[in-house]
Amino acid sequence: MRGPTIIKAEDDKTRQLNKHTLMAFSGEAGDTVQFAEYVQANVSLYTMRNDTELSPAAVSSFVRGELARSLRSRSPYTVNLLLGGVDPVTQEPSLYWIDYLASLAPVPYAAHGYAQYYCLSLLDKHHNPNISLEEGMKLLERCTDELKRRLPIDYKGVLVKVITKDGVKVMDFDNDRVVRSA
Amino acid sequence: MSGYDRALSVFSPDGHVFQVEYAMEAVKRGTCAVGVKGDDIVVLGCEKRSALKLQDTRITPSKIAMVDDHVCLAFAGLNADARILIDKARLEAQSHRLTVEDPVTIEYITKYIASVQQRYTQSGGVRPFGISTLVVGFDKNDGTPRLYQTEPSGIYSAWKANAIGRSSKTVREFLERNHQDGMDREQTIQLTIKSLLEVVQTGAKNIEVAIMAPGKRVEMLPDDQIEAYVKSIETEKQEEAAKKKTSRTATTTAAILTRPGAE
Repeated sequence: MRGPTIIKAEDDKTRQLNKHTLMAFSGEAGDTVQFAEYVQANVSLYTMRNDTELSPAAVSSFVRGELARSLRSRSPYTVNLLLGGVDPVTQEPSLYWIDYLASLAPVPYAAHGYAQYYCLSLLDKHHNPNISLEEGMKLLERCTDELKRRLPIDYKGVLVKVITKDGVKVMDFDNDRVVRSA
Repeated sequence: MSGYDRALSVFSPDGHVFQVEYAMEAVKRGTCAVGVKGDDIVVLGCEKRSALKLQDTRITPSKIAMVDDHVCLAFAGLNADARILIDKARLEAQSHRLTVEDPVTIEYITKYIASVQQRYTQSGGVRPFGISTLVVGFDKNDGTPRLYQTEPSGIYSAWKANAIGRSSKTVREFLERNHQDGMDREQTIQLTIKSLLEVVQTGAKNIEVAIMAPGKRVEMLPDDQIEAYVKSIETEKQEEAAKKKTSRTATTTAAILTRPGAE
């Protein structure tokens, strides 16, 4: 691709909300980070005030509430979110799909933006509820391969983070592997 | 009543603002809190009011509170006032993070707390906060321990070790005699508990201790460990007393022995 400007490739579009909750965002530049950090600050304020860790379910409801409020204001946030976490009490993992119209849905897998047109079918075919981490990483690779093949945007790879009960860690992921078209 | 303590923002002719002085009196009646800086650690100790028989101590709020992950606060005075002030401090700490992407420095949050306290000495329809606070912690990427004090008047000051609340004068004098620079973790905790024992009669079960180290979350010292410290301090004290006693009897026996020799 040629052009006077290039979008930063390694921009981290996630914010960690507490030890075991991570929020990924896309949408209007500026809105996204502002909103994510606003949520981040409020989650830690709540935790400090009440001496309680918030579960992913609680955080997602809070986020939805804030987006719903914002939507009805004069300048709403245009932010789409994926919120993943592990409940500190039950140790159950969960994933929430949230969009700028303040829809909230707990889902087994999710995508936002153009990516979803390419990935959801793959995820639908290959995902199962008891999927392991290795299988999950393989499935993610299928998705990124598909994006490399078909996405008409200069695709620069992905940043992969895994949330377990012990916290959030960045995974190694080979973004430079060449994919032949099928 | 001289009438100069009716409205808050009125001076008495000799320059006192009585309501502020009454607030300081409320602090003196509050339970004692101690803060001690070591070489790379800072410790807060608090006297706990003894719980009633049917009280659930596990969920009764503590006098030591977190303002942010790296800032810890202890107070002496009116518990209810402290709740409000701590809440304001927490909000400011998060708001500061959001606006400048950096956690507050200990000095900044102390200054903020003090300025809130000052505001409540100069506005209409309010009364001052009946609390003094000790604010401790570490700034980001900095291993220097910090310890600040705030007062109802809005004064704030930095200390190596200090005490607030009931009998704080006794404790401060004890700290002045026993504090030394470059204390390690053990020595700092020991000095904190030792100084509290000067005024806390009931011992371990009425003390709480919080420890802060650079880049770490606060550590509340478990009850059994506090008990162990208290026990070792008490035996040390007894041994010292016993030593004094034997040395005293030794001199008297020596005196008795010399007497027949002198005759």
